[in-house]
Order: sequence, then C-alpha cells, then structure tokens
Amino acid sequence: MAELRRFLGDAWLVAARDLRIEARSRVVVDQVVPFALLVLVLFGLALDADHRTLRTFAPGLFWVAVLLSALLAVHRSASVDQSDGTLDALRMSGLPPSSLFLGKAAAVFVQLVLLEAVLVGGLLVLYGVEVVDPVLLVVAGLLAGVAVAAAGTLYGALASGLGVRETLLPILLLPVLAPVLIGATRAFDDALGAAAVDGWAWTGLLAVAALVVTVVGALAHGVLIED
Amino acid sequence: MAGRDERRDTTGSRGSRLLGCAALVGLAALGVLAFVLTGPDVRIHPTTGEEFGQLDAVRMLYLHVPMAVLMYVSYLLCAVASVGVLVKRTPWWDVMAHSAAEVGTVLCGLVLVTGSIWGRPVWNTWWEWGDVRLMTTLVLFLLFAGYLALRRTTADPRRQARRAAVVALVAVLDIPLVNRSVAWWENRTLHQQSTLEELKIEDLTLFTLMFGFLAFGLVVCWLILQRFRVGWLEQAAIDHGIEAAIAERRGETSPAELDAAVGGRDGPAGEASP
Repeated sequence: MAELRRFLGDAWLVAARDLRIEARSRVVVDQVVPFALLVLVLFGLALDADHRTLRTFAPGLFWVAVLLSALLAVHRSASVDQSDGTLDALRMSGLPPSSLFLGKAAAVFVQLVLLEAVLVGGLLVLYGVEVVDPVLLVVAGLLAGVAVAAAGTLYGALASGLGVRETLLPILLLPVLAPVLIGATRAFDDALGAAAVDGWAWTGLLAVAALVVTVVGALAHGVLIED
Repeated sequence: MAGRDERRDTTGSRGSRLLGCAALVGLAALGVLAFVLTGPDVRIHPTTGEEFGQLDAVRMLYLHVPMAVLMYVSYLLCAVASVGVLVKRTPWWDVMAHSAAEVGTVLCGLVLVTGSIWGRPVWNTWWEWGDVRLMTTLVLFLLFAGYLALRRTTADPRRQARRAAVVALVAVLDIPLVNRSVAWWENRTLHQQSTLEELKIEDLTLFTLMFGFLAFGLVVCWLILQRFRVGWLEQAAIDHGIEAAIAERRGETSPAELDAAVGGRDGPAGEASP
C-alpha cells in the first residue's frame, strides 16, 4: 500500500510540474484551445452547411478537432522535457519510468478535458447541437481523453529527441488513435442524438482501449527513456 | 579484394539464388493455374436457373488470400524480432524486425489493392467504408507506414531499434482485429467467413489456393532474406564508417593501417551474417 502511495505520489509530482509549467506558459490555453475552435469554424465554412447537417456530423468533427489539437498538446508535453537537460535530470531523479509516464499522461489528460469542455461549448453555440445524454457524453469524453493522453504521451516520448518529431508524431499517433476516434464518435452520436446507436457499448470499447494504452504505455516508457 | 570479399559484398548466395528461381517458377505456375487451368466461379440459381457467382473475379483471390496470410506471418515475425530487440538488444533482431516489417507492408499494400480490384466487380465498389476488415487492414497499413517512417529517421541506431520495437509491438495488436473481424462483426462486413475451415471449395480451386500459399511463401522468404542481407550490409557500412573516422582522428593516415585498424568489412561486432 505504501508502495502504491509512493508510486502515485511520484506521478502526481510530475503531473503537477507539467500543469504548473502550463499554468505559467499558457500554451494550451492561448494556442491549442483557440486552434481547436478554429478547426470547428473551418469545418463549418468548408461544409457550407445548415444546422441540421452540422448536427449530424458534429460528433465526428468534434473528435477530429480533438485529435488534431491533442497532437499540439502532446507535442508541447514532450518538448518541455527536451530543453535544459530536463530529460537527463528526470532519468537521474530515480523516479520510476511508469510513474513518470502516468504523471505526464495525467497532465495531458487534464488539458484535454479542458479542451473538450470548450469544444462542447463550441458545438452547442456554433453547430446548434443538443445534449441528449449528458452522463454518456461525460463518461465517453473522459475515457477517450484517457486513451488519447496515454497514447499521446507514449508516442510523444517515442518521437522525442528526433529532428523530425513534428512530422513523425502525427503519422505514428493518429493510426493508433483510429479505434478511439471511431468509438468516441459513436458514443457521441448517441449522447448528442445524432444517430441511433448504442453509445454505452462503444463507451465500453473506449474503456478497454484506455486501459490497454495506459498499461502498454506504462510498461514501454522505461524502454523509451532509458536510452 | 578477390573472391572471398566480393562474395561478402553481394546479397546473393547459391541458396538464395535457388530460392529466388524457385519463387519465380512458383509464381509463373500459380499464374497458369489461376488464370488458365481453373475455371470461373459460376453457380446456377436453384429456382430461377440464372447464372451467378464471382465469375472471373475469383481468380484475384488466388493472389489476395495467400498475400493476406503471408502479411500476417511477416508482421508476426516482425513482432517476434521486436521482442528479440528488447530482450537481446543485438543488431541481428533489429535488422530482422525491419526486414519483416518492410516486406509485410508491401504485402499489406498489395492486399488492399488486389482486394479493391476484386471488390469492384463483386461488391460493386472499390472501397467499402462500413467493412470492418477493410478498416482494420488500412489502419494496420498506416501503423506500419509510421513504423517505416520512424525507421528512416537518423537517430542513434540502438535507440531507433528500441523505439521501433515498441511501435511494432503496439501495431501488431491490430492483427487479431483484422483476422477475427469477420467473425466478431458479422453484420459489419462484406468479407465472407473463411471457406477453408469447412473445405467447401472444389479440388483444383483448393489446390491452386494452397499452391498460392507455397509460391508466395517462397517469394516472401526470398524477399526477407535479401532485405535482411541489405540491412546487414548497411549496418556494417555504418560501423565501418564510424571506425574509419575514429582511426582517422587518431592520425592513422596510411590506408593499409586504416584497413588493419577497422578489420576489413565484417558485419556488426559479435554477430554472424547468415
């Protein structure tokens, strides 16, 4: 029990550090969230659509906007460890790689939840959607957030230190997140009343995806940061 | 530079040339079997008496199905080799993982293309978004496209090997989904259930399909062997370059001394080339 507490305490240290950096630099709030809203606006312009069409496609467009914005958040999360020898310092600190992973993923998760909340507001105002099942919306949003944050942190570490990280990260990460995109979109289809599907079944799939990615990420992170 | 060294600088050997010839003959024989000797898939409707079936499009399956199965085999070989990279940490496993992934991705691309060509007359569409197996196969292709992109980056080879191994092990998690999708999502796929398990197909058709596995098996073995040897020579060239640079820095400027210092052009230390 004491070990678990220490493990979670270590993860919390890392998460709090990343969130403190974000609170001071405000990169996600000032740049990533406006970018996500911009993507929603661009979809509206590109589809040249009425409210009815936008309401039908809102779940898919929402999650595409989240994934594109998550790339920026993940990129930012990985890049804060690249300067001033921070990664070396983290390696030397004796923190277990898995708690380091959980901490970084938790910080990205908090930022993604903030992003999703703003984007749902965008859907309500810009696309005129109505929330039919708020509980499903929140649960699916949180579970998909965990999966995206965990996969993003894993692949962010994987692409870090390479000169081509900016271009490599999307092609590594987005195919991995394809099942999350499908599951989250179907769950939101149900929660926003856009299509008649069983959103809770898809939410179950999201839970499995979130668990698998988090476990794989925690196990693999040691391999990635030890070199 | 005579005899022995020249042989070491090629990717061919007597065995691999024989294998290559056997693969070529196998492919030619498969072509004859698939396009000449076997008939089109024509069935008669029991009540109306009308002809239906896949007609000549069925011939594409003699290529498509063996390539799909060997794609799984190549990717599983890549996964095993990736575990080897993480456990053993030797270049042999790394080059093997890279070779298998590259050949597997070529096969995956061909599976998508041949499936699409087959689907146009049979399903009346080049691409079906609702089909789970198509989606999971496309995702598999994209996952390994990312893997190969990571391979092309100029990182320290040992770091790159371990990172690539992690990417490969995550990517192969998609294979059970591709393989079992027709059973798990029966209503979400146009793909038919496996007819091989129940042996519902005719003798020559079955033989041609089995022969396809053999012919493509030979081709894949040959490709992986060749790719492995190219990868091995690449590693040797990198090692040679590093050692030569170190020797040069030490002021050993005489070419004879340089060659003596780097020990010729052997493969990466501690491993024997096959």
